[in-house]
Amino acid sequence: MANVDTASMIPGRTPGVESNQDRLARIQKGLRRRRAAEMRFRAYGAGAVALAVGFVIFLFGSILIQGIPAFWQPAANLKVTFDPALIKVDPKPVQQPGQSEAEFRRATLDWERAVTMVNWNRVIENAVREAAPNVEFTAKDVQAFVSPNQRFVLRDMFVRDPGLFGQTVEVELLLSANVDNWLKGNIDRSLADDRQQLSPGARALADTLYADGTVRMIFSYVLFTNADSRAAPAEAGLLGAFIGSLYMMLIVIILAVPIGVAAAIYLEEFAPKNKLTDLIEVNINNLAAVPSIVFGLLGAAVFIGYFRMPLSAPVVGGLVLVLMTLPTIIIATRNALKAVSPSIRQAALGLGASKTQMVFHHVLPITYPGIMTATIIGVAQAIGETAPLLLIGMNAFVATLPATPLDQSTALPVQIFLWEGNENRNFFEPRTAAAIIILLAVMLILNAAAIYLRSRFERRQ
Amino acid sequence: MNSLVVVLFLLALLSVGYQVGLTRGRAVAATAQRTMHSRPNYHGLMVALWCAIPAVVVLLAWALFSDSIALSHAQSFLPPELVAGDPAALRDTMRRVEQIASGFGVVGDVQPYELAAGEALRSFRITSFWAMMVAAALLGLLGLLFMARRIAPRLRARNEFEGAVRILLIACSGVAILTTVGIVASLLSEALRFFTFVSPIDFFFGTVWNPGFTTTGEAGGQYGLLPLLWGTIMVSAIAMAVAIPVGLLSAIYMAEYADPRVRAVAKPIIEILAGIPSVIYGVFALITLGPLLSDLGALVGIQIRATSALTAGIAMGLMIVPFVSSLSDDIITQVPRAMRDGSLGIGATKSETIRKVVLPAALPGIVGAFMLAISKAFGETMIVVLAAGNAPVLRFNPFDAISTVTVSIVNQLTGDTNFASPQALVAFALGLTLFVMTLILNVIALYVVRKYREQYE
Repeated sequence: MANVDTASMIPGRTPGVESNQDRLARIQKGLRRRRAAEMRFRAYGAGAVALAVGFVIFLFGSILIQGIPAFWQPAANLKVTFDPALIKVDPKPVQQPGQSEAEFRRATLDWERAVTMVNWNRVIENAVREAAPNVEFTAKDVQAFVSPNQRFVLRDMFVRDPGLFGQTVEVELLLSANVDNWLKGNIDRSLADDRQQLSPGARALADTLYADGTVRMIFSYVLFTNADSRAAPAEAGLLGAFIGSLYMMLIVIILAVPIGVAAAIYLEEFAPKNKLTDLIEVNINNLAAVPSIVFGLLGAAVFIGYFRMPLSAPVVGGLVLVLMTLPTIIIATRNALKAVSPSIRQAALGLGASKTQMVFHHVLPITYPGIMTATIIGVAQAIGETAPLLLIGMNAFVATLPATPLDQSTALPVQIFLWEGNENRNFFEPRTAAAIIILLAVMLILNAAAIYLRSRFERRQ
Repeated sequence: MNSLVVVLFLLALLSVGYQVGLTRGRAVAATAQRTMHSRPNYHGLMVALWCAIPAVVVLLAWALFSDSIALSHAQSFLPPELVAGDPAALRDTMRRVEQIASGFGVVGDVQPYELAAGEALRSFRITSFWAMMVAAALLGLLGLLFMARRIAPRLRARNEFEGAVRILLIACSGVAILTTVGIVASLLSEALRFFTFVSPIDFFFGTVWNPGFTTTGEAGGQYGLLPLLWGTIMVSAIAMAVAIPVGLLSAIYMAEYADPRVRAVAKPIIEILAGIPSVIYGVFALITLGPLLSDLGALVGIQIRATSALTAGIAMGLMIVPFVSSLSDDIITQVPRAMRDGSLGIGATKSETIRKVVLPAALPGIVGAFMLAISKAFGETMIVVLAAGNAPVLRFNPFDAISTVTVSIVNQLTGDTNFASPQALVAFALGLTLFVMTLILNVIALYVVRKYREQYE
């Protein structure tokens, strides 16, 4: 034992074993490292949350900033004269005694046709000339200045009230999409003439009349009252798409909810536990994760290819969305049924209720809030869906309001997609954002309704 | 109009049947020697069923067959040489006849036989409609009488009615199965039709996607799947690179660290992302995110196209964040408390507990959640349609435009192509590929998640 280290004789200082101080230092170093790691980890987490929340704010902020200006558009307050020199039509026919209903209708139609043939563009041009006597412009400039379908507004006014003949009235006429771009600064004003959308005359008109207050920015009511329009982009609205979406929503509620709830009740309460039920269960879980576009292919092949249903009809779109939302509703209803306490079931059965009575009289009413939430989530998902609708022709351009679910129509999200692809980007980019705001508002209302209904139902129980 | 009449008629039948059954049940109960097996309302329900079902069957048959019968009846008024002649001319005439019958009137001179056929069609439609209504009412009445006569103290009306309810419930759950069968059958049959034009080897292993455009129904061009598949995989990989770290870390932070007040605000805000329709992400990626990324790239000297795999991938990733975070949250909270307590008790820090105990224990479940997220990314359509640039070329630069399987499905089916041409049918072959890919991912993921749940329950 000659080479025994003397250090080993001192307690706590065995050979190869560190000193107390060293150990403490090592532990402290380790602790510092571990605490730093802890802080770093925590910071990563907080960063992830901040990133996600920041993105939500960025998304909504950018949509609002782009979309809100599109809710206002320029209109000119003009003194329109229904000039007898231009409107060369006979007075509106009145039903003569002895004239049959059909003859009278023909006479009225002939008169309306004559009214349509009137050169309304000249009427508008004269009104503009009166408003801007010092500006030099051509008839073509006026047509580029005022939105093209405004002449039909004048025609309809005259058809409704033939007494306007020869009179002068103040009319608010919408201006074209290109004037909208020019006045809002959505197009570079310094561009050369050949690269401008508007002719110099129309630009001068816009600037002069905007400066003297004849042209004002008014609320874009057309967004809510008109269908899509290609001839007059400034008058294109969302009402057609909104009605289409509404029809589809009704179809989803009428079909998907009862079928989904019934299926959930069967699977949860009645189905025997066997291979077949297992298969249905796996199948439903899978359907919930099948990409929506596959449902569109199903609709194209089965509803349109096989059953020969009409293209672009909300009925077909609705049916596709029903199939798509069914799994969501089934799964959520099953979860709601699972959450009902067994004591309620046992009490009902113990008092002599049959199984059907137990389910329908006692278990199901408790799950109404859950079913309602599931319905609204499913409907909101269906209303925002675009891809399957593209495959069944709902991306068609439809300039009329659909009167029934069998008429051609489009849907709100599809309309957003279509406007996004429009060539007049300066005008339709803000309009697209405005349409997005409206779609988000619809979804917000749906969700608020869900929360309200749920709280009401829960209070009652 | 007519459908409203039919609905009102059926409702009337149902209520009459119910009322008759109810009254009759009560009357029988009042005079019966013994207690009734079922309460009178079940008698009412059974009578209503017996009353409505025959009527519905008749009306359904009418809805299915009446139109073809009416049209052939109207055709018998047309001159035989027209019926036997050119089918296009016949179709034209029949359209005019339909318009005369509907009362809109037609343009041009009306032939006397057209007028006669139109008149006949109109009167036949009206008569057949009312005849069917009467027949339905009569049959309903028969059903009603039959069932009302059956009412007796011993009749197990409740059990019969519950049997009917159960059949209805089973039929409703059958819809889900039918949907799957419909998807598989339609995708398979149309894809097989496509493979009669193009060999499966050329489709699955081809590296050039250029479907061409013909109106003759021939398979012009090349239908190689690989560029599209690669595009799908690249965009999904970028999406996952965004969604997995952000989603998982925010789920961990929310579950383990966040102050309850922060949690109460931040969690719903993140969940808003899940409710936004994907077309909105697409528009956002196209008009805001793409130009932004392009400018950022120019700043550091990389050329990034505004519509590229990167733009679409990032937008898609952000869309999937709430999906990953809510699934991970579920799974992390399912890890038993005892495992955490044990780890914390021997001196591990919170992050060490999470990284070395909770996450490994939750790993199968989290992997399952990731697979569901990947399958969602594979099937996402609108974001890539709008923001990926639609360039079906096999290339590996994520800053360049690409195309995906879903984009090509949309492009092939929304053009003006003939539905039976290979240019349109290829969409179904692509759909089948997509369906199978997501199905495999889903089945594995659901299996893993289920197994994991059982492990801790």
